Amino acid sequence: MAGLESVGEITGAIRSGRASAVEVCRDAFARIAQLDNPLRAFLTRAEDSALRLAAELDRRRADWAQLPLLGVPIAVKDTICTRGVRTTAGSRMLEHYEPPYDATVIERLVAAGAVPIGKTNCDEFAMGSSTENSAFGVTRNPWCLDRTPGGSSGGSAAAVAARMVPIALGSDTGGSIRQPAALCGVIGIKPTYGRVSRYGLIAFASSLDHIGPIATSVADAAAALQAMAGPDPLDATSQRAAVPAFAAALTADVRGLRVGVPRAALTGGVDPEVMDAFDSALDLLRQEGALTVDIALPHNQHAVTVYYLVATAEASSNLSRYDGVRYGFRAAQAETLSRMYDLTRDEAFGPEVKRRIMLGTYVLSAGYYEAYYRKAQQVRTLIRRDYDAAFEQVDLIAMPTSPTPAFRLGERIDNPLQMYLADVFTVGISLAGLPAISVPCGFTADGLPIGLQLAARAMDEPTMLRAADAYERLTTFSRRRPPA
Amino acid sequence: MPADFTSDDLARVAQLARVELTPDEQHLFSRQLAEFLASARQVQEVDTDGVPPTSHPTGAFSPLRDDVVRPSLANEAALAQAPESDAGAGLFKVPRVLG
Repeated sequence: MAGLESVGEITGAIRSGRASAVEVCRDAFARIAQLDNPLRAFLTRAEDSALRLAAELDRRRADWAQLPLLGVPIAVKDTICTRGVRTTAGSRMLEHYEPPYDATVIERLVAAGAVPIGKTNCDEFAMGSSTENSAFGVTRNPWCLDRTPGGSSGGSAAAVAARMVPIALGSDTGGSIRQPAALCGVIGIKPTYGRVSRYGLIAFASSLDHIGPIATSVADAAAALQAMAGPDPLDATSQRAAVPAFAAALTADVRGLRVGVPRAALTGGVDPEVMDAFDSALDLLRQEGALTVDIALPHNQHAVTVYYLVATAEASSNLSRYDGVRYGFRAAQAETLSRMYDLTRDEAFGPEVKRRIMLGTYVLSAGYYEAYYRKAQQVRTLIRRDYDAAFEQVDLIAMPTSPTPAFRLGERIDNPLQMYLADVFTVGISLAGLPAISVPCGFTADGLPIGLQLAARAMDEPTMLRAADAYERLTTFSRRRPPA
Repeated sequence: MPADFTSDDLARVAQLARVELTPDEQHLFSRQLAEFLASARQVQEVDTDGVPPTSHPTGAFSPLRDDVVRPSLANEAALAQAPESDAGAGLFKVPRVLG
């Protein structure tokens, strides 16, 4: 079955009888067995349920033509609930948690023929930019084993980069799909807020949480997004708009497309090799007929701070559900209920989660709410308005996805403020709820991948996918593979 | 402009959030949160007179559905993940409430 890697190759091989869904599934597990040590992208391998599902697909011949992801193995970030399959969110708190239901995205992907094969490592409750905050060990970057894969969806990005699976699901609150995709040299999409149901996503910051795909091509990522997107009665914030046919947008034509570049926001702290790759990407888009336009995002300088004020406030509320009563960990020795709460949350939350709960509780507390939380919400409005104004002049906004390539494991773990700067180009877009994609746009001299981020107007994923796909066809970066 | 963040603030917040912290964590988090909040001063200086807050990127909305009874999580399934429960009585169990 070697060589069956893309959605088109896998579905084509199964439909023509050259491979069975079970064979494709076994192949994926064989690759994981071969590659996941030392990468450690996976926390749980769901071999039994995956093979059962694949065997069932092999029997359902009459349905094959209607299944766009027929037999395609997918990896799932461990913040997304899978019925009966352990879902930890990278936390001791949920170390043995088996959800009684599937997230809507899982139901939809399975209905489209995909086969979930396992759960991937992530920062605890998706709080981090390096996957080092997982309670279950670090994931390594397939391009360089002593570097992080980014985060928080680092396991999903590493699994796709190492070609263990063609598609993985991530979740993105401030950049957690786009940044690891960039650092691992693959495609990552954060859709418009509400385009994809959050039902079954373990909540971090509800006004910022998104689920999206990671893949090795824009076309495959678009196919996965197509299967997941659309309104869901189980998520009141899912958008009711109809989902356009994303594949139809992949015309490879960028002529006349206006691409905004916030030059002033890109000064300082950006690695020179990242900047060179970014500028070369813009040159190429211009050669193909796109126009680049200088735009201003004057409030973007506040985006990281605003993001951490808003996201931690929401997290402190969302994570109050972990009380040791209904599910998850409970401290053993507590004699009273209130003592049980205190000890349970002390023993089962890691340092970054505690830090964020402390910050979020503080900025929501009496006497500080106005000065911090409400102020941040107001500046969030100004950040959104900057994007609205820019999108009156342009169709897309381009930025590097991450200011640096993959950093070394351990390099930033003791310095949260420095770690937070990894998100400088992704959080503003998150605060505005806009769709964005990261697509590989080069490599450093040391062979580390670099990502180009393209953001679009709300609900305009087609324009974003069209430009990213066109760029991908003009370059070879996303076809390059990490060293074996 | 709020005063600097202190270890007393942290102790108060830890109690509000119901998280016991070790002395090492208290020391470290006091310093790190004070650092972060100092950097947040720049945000506090932004002119936001008359700017409405954004609590939600797509605007607040509350779609309504028909009020009909539908199947939901069964009692056994709800209790299955509990650290301690009385399945026969259909209850979660907790340590005594009054100290």
